[in-house]
Amino acid sequence: MESWSRFLDTFFNWEVIERYFPAIMKGVVVTIEIAAAVVVTGTLLGLALAIMRTFRLLAVNALIVVFVDIFRALPPLVLVLLVYFGLPNIGINLPSFAVLWLVLALVLAAFAEEIFWAGILSIPKGQWEAARCTGLGFLGTLTYVVLPQAIRLTVPPLTNRTIAITKNTALGTVIGVGEILNQATTAQSFSGNATPLMMGAIAYVILFIPVVVLGRFLETRFTWRRV
Amino acid sequence: MTTGALPILEIRGLRKRFHDVEVLRGIDLVVLPQQLVFVIGPSGSGKSTLLRCCNRLEEPSAGSIRVAGVDVMARSTDINAMRRQIGMVFQSFNLYPHMTALRNVTLALAKVLGKPRAEAERIGMAALDRVGLADKARSYPGELSGGQQQRVAIARALALEPKVMLFDEPTSALDPELVGSVLNVMRELKRGGMTMLVVSHEMRFARDAADRVIFMDHGVIVEEGPPQQMFSAPSEARTRAFIAELAR
Ligand SMILES: Nc1ncnc2c1ncn2[C@@H]1O[C@H](COP(=O)(O)OP(=O)(O)O)[C@@H](O)[C@H]1O
Ligand SMILES: [Mg+2]
Repeated sequence: MESWSRFLDTFFNWEVIERYFPAIMKGVVVTIEIAAAVVVTGTLLGLALAIMRTFRLLAVNALIVVFVDIFRALPPLVLVLLVYFGLPNIGINLPSFAVLWLVLALVLAAFAEEIFWAGILSIPKGQWEAARCTGLGFLGTLTYVVLPQAIRLTVPPLTNRTIAITKNTALGTVIGVGEILNQATTAQSFSGNATPLMMGAIAYVILFIPVVVLGRFLETRFTWRRV
Repeated sequence: MTTGALPILEIRGLRKRFHDVEVLRGIDLVVLPQQLVFVIGPSGSGKSTLLRCCNRLEEPSAGSIRVAGVDVMARSTDINAMRRQIGMVFQSFNLYPHMTALRNVTLALAKVLGKPRAEAERIGMAALDRVGLADKARSYPGELSGGQQQRVAIARALALEPKVMLFDEPTSALDPELVGSVLNVMRELKRGGMTMLVVSHEMRFARDAADRVIFMDHGVIVEEGPPQQMFSAPSEARTRAFIAELAR
């Protein structure tokens, strides 16, 4: 019984919960904002790069592949630190949330580009040919025939990758972005109690469980609908 | 020309090489309006390549191709405008799986010809009606049989009112019991005056619908003539051997 109350006091201390609830909520808002910005800009940039790649311009495609491989190879934390501490040396001072956004959006774009590109490549040549035979141009074929099918195929892998990358918003804590984990660790050091960390963990679960469930739903739905 | 009919399709000295293999080695072929020209030949003889050169899905290596008098290869020719006058039907249908039958037919009407939605749908329904599938307008390709899919593909080409239609083994991917419905649609097109170049091995169809049968082998036209003569009394040994093989 003794250890049970100690457990509760360490992880679910009511006083600490009441005191730091507003701070954690502020962190939740920041996390949502950055995650949303990363998802939107990252996927759009990834899609734009994949589309650019369909033009098969040798130099452009080489650049895209180099970008994609580097951003997929490097741990996001390394990139965050590199950009945050590196850019000021060349006179660029970005606020820490912008650094986090930029880095995660680029990482997501790199993965998304590969996923979209694989989707585009998996559309049979006959689809291109049939559309071109009706007089539709390259862009028209891409827009109306190829991309709608390719994007459908990319939804499951892209959802999983997006979840994985948006969880990296927690890296913001090392450069002082006031997201969930940052608020939680600050509160933990002030209160000398682990309860804020538990609150942070619960906040992540509440935030991401719906996304994970949505991902699973899309996955089953989109595999069924493949005609 | 005594008939006064200008050729719809006029192929002169057509050559096509893939790397160092010459697949078409000098093809001359003229298709007059409302004719149905039937092409047979062993697998790999270049039949598909011949059709695909006509709308430049493959770039010819040499020779000239004219459709209704217009040089398909000329720099001044808008290839997209050209292509919608050349209907193409593939062995594998190639319908857009994410669109209904009607949308498959109306896509080019809307996005290439810029027809308003109501008009595109009216034309699309008329085309589907012609292939006997007006009642399947809202179905997706995955919900249709192979024969129905191929007829939708024919309607998709037909809706653009092409000057000539190219068929590349349109019934080869179909179960035997579905072949007839597609051939009937093609017969109906022929009766309606459509000019057609058809690669197929349906000899019975050729006998009653073709004006001319062409036998190709190794990238050249070996022999050509009316179906009765080609199927009953071909003059070349190679043709005879191939026909005998087909008839087995
Ligand atoms: N894109 C291509 N690249 C290289 N070779 C090809 C290509 N398309 C066709 N060929 C070759 O050209 C020859 C003729 O092919 P094809 O026109 O499809 O013959 P058919 O339709 O009479 O069976 C074959 O030997 C085939 O392998
Ligand atoms: Mg072929």
